[in-house]
Amino acid sequence: MSIFIDEDVCNGCGRAEETLCERICPGDLLFRNERHKAEIRSQADCWTCGACVKACPVQAIDLKLPTQILESNVSLRAKCTKHETVWEIRNGNIIKEEIVIPATTWNGTKS
Amino acid sequence: MIPIFLVGRVSIPDVIHLFNIMTDLSTVNLDTDILIIGGGAAGCMAAIEAKKTDPNIRCIIMEKAHIERSGCLAMGLNAINAYLNNGQTPEIYTKYIKDEFFGVIREDLVYSIAEGLNESVKQVEELGLPIEKDHNGDYVTRGKRSIRIFGERLKPILADAVYRAKVGVLNRVAATNFIFDGERVRGAYGFNSRDGKLYVVHARAVIVTTGGASGIYKPIKKGDARNTTWYCPWNVGTGYAMGIRIGAEMTSFENRFIPLRVKGVNAPTGTIAQGSDIMHRNAQGEEYLEERYKHLGGERCLSIYRLLATLQEEKSGNGPCSLDTRGLSVEAEEKLKTAYLNMNPAIVLLWANEGYSPGKRPVEISGMEPVVIGGHCQAGYWIDRERRTTIKGLYAAGDVAGGAPKKYVSGAWVEAKIAVRTAIDEIADIELLHVSDDEVNREKERIARCINGREGLSHEELERILHETMDEYAGGATAHYELTESKLIIARDKLKEIEEKLQDLRAKDNHELVSCLELIDRLDVAKVLIAHLLYRQETRWPVFQTRTDYPERDDTNWLGFVNSIYDPVNDRVKIVKRELNETLCNI
Repeated sequence: MSIFIDEDVCNGCGRAEETLCERICPGDLLFRNERHKAEIRSQADCWTCGACVKACPVQAIDLKLPTQILESNVSLRAKCTKHETVWEIRNGNIIKEEIVIPATTWNGTKS
Repeated sequence: MIPIFLVGRVSIPDVIHLFNIMTDLSTVNLDTDILIIGGGAAGCMAAIEAKKTDPNIRCIIMEKAHIERSGCLAMGLNAINAYLNNGQTPEIYTKYIKDEFFGVIREDLVYSIAEGLNESVKQVEELGLPIEKDHNGDYVTRGKRSIRIFGERLKPILADAVYRAKVGVLNRVAATNFIFDGERVRGAYGFNSRDGKLYVVHARAVIVTTGGASGIYKPIKKGDARNTTWYCPWNVGTGYAMGIRIGAEMTSFENRFIPLRVKGVNAPTGTIAQGSDIMHRNAQGEEYLEERYKHLGGERCLSIYRLLATLQEEKSGNGPCSLDTRGLSVEAEEKLKTAYLNMNPAIVLLWANEGYSPGKRPVEISGMEPVVIGGHCQAGYWIDRERRTTIKGLYAAGDVAGGAPKKYVSGAWVEAKIAVRTAIDEIADIELLHVSDDEVNREKERIARCINGREGLSHEELERILHETMDEYAGGATAHYELTESKLIIARDKLKEIEEKLQDLRAKDNHELVSCLELIDRLDVAKVLIAHLLYRQETRWPVFQTRTDYPERDDTNWLGFVNSIYDPVNDRVKIVKRELNETLCNI
């Protein structure tokens, strides 16, 4: 498994035309399913780039290692603030480590 | 297949509807001055530069994914590896690249890149890229030509600048072909995977910045890890294929790139090894680069020798080879984790497992499947110093442009700026011409073929055959990257068989349709690649291009470029040899 989408947390990005993860996935792998949740069409096609993990506004997506590399409970979650990316290295529900990294110095507004 | 709509009065949407698919392939027409194909590092910079040069110019980016996270920078980037640190000059830089590629590079292109590197980096820093600085405020270097950055959001930063510059962006529109009137490129076709429509974008000039090609060879990882490759798996060589199909001259496809990467997650090794004193060690505990490859430079050898040595160790039973990170301090480990979160988060996941941290366990390294790429090696469009391709109205920059290896992201920015300035200079007298509906329908028919195949083959089935063929007969990882004429001829014949099967493809939805089109593009790239690999009868770049039937470097006959022009009428790849100092100007 490359990403895990927690359907209890995912809100399907409300009434947006498409979910933010669907909008961003460079491989066009995500879609909104009949339960109005984000779903990946093929785990095997995932690049593990983490674009969806960073884009998710409610942190419903965890980056995982594909089992072919290592079967493990460890996952990565990210929260993007204006100037930083806050990463959580998790083991199941336990946050093992938090790493905060500067992401942009841009102060302007998005147009 | 009979092109129904060309003989009858049935419109395209009706035809497609008969096959019961959501795709309607109706036309969306757009006009622009500059069309940029591929909104990655080069494409975004080209767009920004276009608006900077002339704020009134109309500019559109056609992008298969979303420019905010598309192309090879989707994950982010932790270093800029083409930068002139103190003491470096364009002359020194060009000489370094020339040595690294055993004399065969386009010095004019590399030099022009070197001249613009630092300015481009400064520009992106001003757009918001955080660059690591020391207590004096100077960039933190990672060797002579590299600086450390916090580039996790590099793509969003560039995309923001594109939107601020009021550039038109067509996200989720995958370019399918150039609009070409036989003389000049007049725009491009793109299939929108969201609305199922064909975008027909006419332009006065087109800049191609689509990137290189991965997925030509079988990935070294399998199962659910098959796409955890180093180079973006959705850079499939569409820009090359589109150029090949209109007879643009291509160069140096045989100069494949095979990266040495962290085993499993395919993370770059430079983050650990570059500018550090971490040693390469084999399974016997030997520091093999120092002990056996001192004559090639030991630990400080060229990256191509590091790959060669590591593979030779493997082959002779001394594998696995590792970067010996044992004993790294906790602080050093943390620094590495931060660096990788900016570029390849999967390795941090691996290290977070009990017993896997680099301080406790050496980081195993291995070769990856070969990729065709102009940013690390030099496969791509044959261009002149101003980034004109051999086709009028078409300019190239970044990974898709040939002759200037190791340009990396900053070099791609420089090339993009040169290309777009040339294009703007030249379009003053160029009229925007529209092609006929017949032409548009021809492209629709080509795309529709991927929907209608009677056999119902999936793109994955054919892709697997392509991968096996290239892996076994065209020097993939399984074949130790080695090439021989007899095997390459088998590969060439097998590719023909796959091409015949293309008519049986059947996509079930828009996503699969894009995958089918990508497969066709990969086949066109593979065909040209094999022609190049067959033609160069020497071993110029070990591992990247090892001809076991011609194992020596032969400067008398081969110190120059192997170029190709595809002839679509006879389905023939014509090879042209070019001298070292030969550019478009003196062809």
